[in-house]
Amino acid sequence: MDKKEQHLFDNPKNVKRLLNGFYVICLILFLLDFVIHRHVYHRWENLWGFYPIYGFVGCVILVFVATWMRTFLMRSEDYYQTVNKNKLKTAHQQNQPSGGDENVDA
Amino acid sequence: MWMLEIPPFVPFFLCGFLAAITRGKLRAVIMLAIPVLSGIHLWMMPEGEFLHFNFLGFELMPYRVDKLSLMFGYVFHIAALMAIIYSLHVRDTVQQVASVLYAGSALGAVFAGDLLTLFIFWELLAFTSVFLVFARRSDRAYAAGMRYLIIQVLSGVILLAGAIFYAGSEGTLLFDYIGLNGVAGWLIFIAFGIKCAFPFFHNWLTDAYPEATVTGTVFLSAFTTKVAVYSFARAYPGTDLLIYIGATMACFPIFFAVIENDLRRVLAYSLINQVGFMVVGIGIGTALAINGAVSHAFNDIIFKGLLFMSMGAVLYMTGRINGSDLGGLYKTMPKTTILCIVGAASISAFPLFSGFVSKSMVMSAALETNHDWVWLMLLFASAGVFHHAGIKIPYFAFFAHDSGIRASDPPLNMTLAMTMAAALCVAIGVYPAALYSLLPFDTGYNPYDATHVLAQTQLLFFSALAFVWLNLMKLYPPELPSTNLDVEWTYRRAFPWVWSKIVLISSTVYQLVARDLLSKIGKGFNYLARKNDDRLSGLLSRDHPAGSMVLWVVVILAAYLILSLFH
Repeated sequence: MDKKEQHLFDNPKNVKRLLNGFYVICLILFLLDFVIHRHVYHRWENLWGFYPIYGFVGCVILVFVATWMRTFLMRSEDYYQTVNKNKLKTAHQQNQPSGGDENVDA
Repeated sequence: MWMLEIPPFVPFFLCGFLAAITRGKLRAVIMLAIPVLSGIHLWMMPEGEFLHFNFLGFELMPYRVDKLSLMFGYVFHIAALMAIIYSLHVRDTVQQVASVLYAGSALGAVFAGDLLTLFIFWELLAFTSVFLVFARRSDRAYAAGMRYLIIQVLSGVILLAGAIFYAGSEGTLLFDYIGLNGVAGWLIFIAFGIKCAFPFFHNWLTDAYPEATVTGTVFLSAFTTKVAVYSFARAYPGTDLLIYIGATMACFPIFFAVIENDLRRVLAYSLINQVGFMVVGIGIGTALAINGAVSHAFNDIIFKGLLFMSMGAVLYMTGRINGSDLGGLYKTMPKTTILCIVGAASISAFPLFSGFVSKSMVMSAALETNHDWVWLMLLFASAGVFHHAGIKIPYFAFFAHDSGIRASDPPLNMTLAMTMAAALCVAIGVYPAALYSLLPFDTGYNPYDATHVLAQTQLLFFSALAFVWLNLMKLYPPELPSTNLDVEWTYRRAFPWVWSKIVLISSTVYQLVARDLLSKIGKGFNYLARKNDDRLSGLLSRDHPAGSMVLWVVVILAAYLILSLFH
């Protein structure tokens, strides 16, 4: 682990550049809506910025709802294991996720 | 040219047998050669029905080749070959034999021309694949595998019952359009639905796939659900119910995927989401929609395989798969990072990647048939899949905060398999005509017009913008070590709890009765017997069993009488 080694996104400037480029592309895509003539299949597609707004709002709602779902769905990591704890204690406890495919034949 | 008509499952089963008795390099050569040779053989196969025979008066057709089954046959060969290359480093006879037998069973199922053959391969799929879960050799995997097996076998039993009803009502076992008519239609529909991971039946997938081995999950992701998709396309095209089930499947898993920590479980949820698109396509049932469903299954096998391979590589090299433990891996695993991003772009349906050319067909078909709300749901699901599979997977594994893990890229065979999959994703995306020429219908569809490309790119980029914004505002839910409750809670927690309570209560009641009541009755009898100088017990019999036998004879005769009244 060489701490001096610098990687692409260790430099905050590069992250900034990437994000700025991304914002510019988003803006261009939004403006293209007014330039390119669409072949429209559905009346909602006529609305300016339908797809960008739908994508953005849809994802924000998705994340908010999912975060809210955590309040009643989230349990501890070994939630299902606790039932069988007594049974498993006698056996060897192997609940840690391991590499999983040790070469057993070798 | 005269050619032997060998059903593709035969070479794979032979391969399984040979893999069991060979070791080392020889085994590797056999496991690589057989899918290639079998694939070439299938490529030269003309369409038609081969192998007919009669069984108990029913015509069986174990090998039927048409455009629909060929499409799945080809992609199953590609998937098997890639997964075998990916798992070349594994030295575990159980896993290697199980994996080729599993691929062979899937091929047997898609070329099955009758329901009995389909049932046999349906069950073989379950019994061979479960060893890929067991092979993890942990208690968790064993328990998950058993749950998986029970549900899969249940699906098979329902299929058999449906097939028997079907034979009774239709007088044939041939596997063609069935439709939702009568008991048979519904039973077979439910059997397919369980294997297809319909809502409420979906947890076998999210339960077992992340518990399987690194290489096992790659095999698992390719076959089981796609066999179910094929079966629906064959037996239930144009069934309206499938549209709504599919739209639900496309939408609800993305909420779970956003908050799930185990990245392979995130992929399992997104697998259900992608299958949802296929199910919608089959439900719409127009030529374009069926084409879309089938080609999306084809592409999904490759890009979902690629994503599972890249996450497998992360698990293999770091021993961790939880988003909360990972991050910053791009520094030392650059190849895996890039290949994973190609898979992410494909599943998100970026133009020039494979998902785009197939998913857009289903969306267009939904619009053409005026399913506005379904179209909106699919659009939401498209944005959502980019959010959780396209961004979340690469971001939390390879970027995000630096976890300090410095694992290198995986062994050559794993990288090679991922590269093959990534190359196919891009090739199909750039030149979709090759894929389209294999499709069951000729619709002359062109995905690359300005409207489609712009709309999809806008949708995706603004979904990404939402991710960036939420992250910058610190509103994005952090990856937390956790378990999220799902339908599986009913059979992993509620039913066992209720059952244990029932056992507890009934045993308590029994003890009360046995100890107090029965002893009192016994005492009473004893008292009567003693008082009557043992004459009472002689009335029926001196021995207790003979007396109770008389009682049971009475019960049986009474039951017989009642039954004869109803006759």
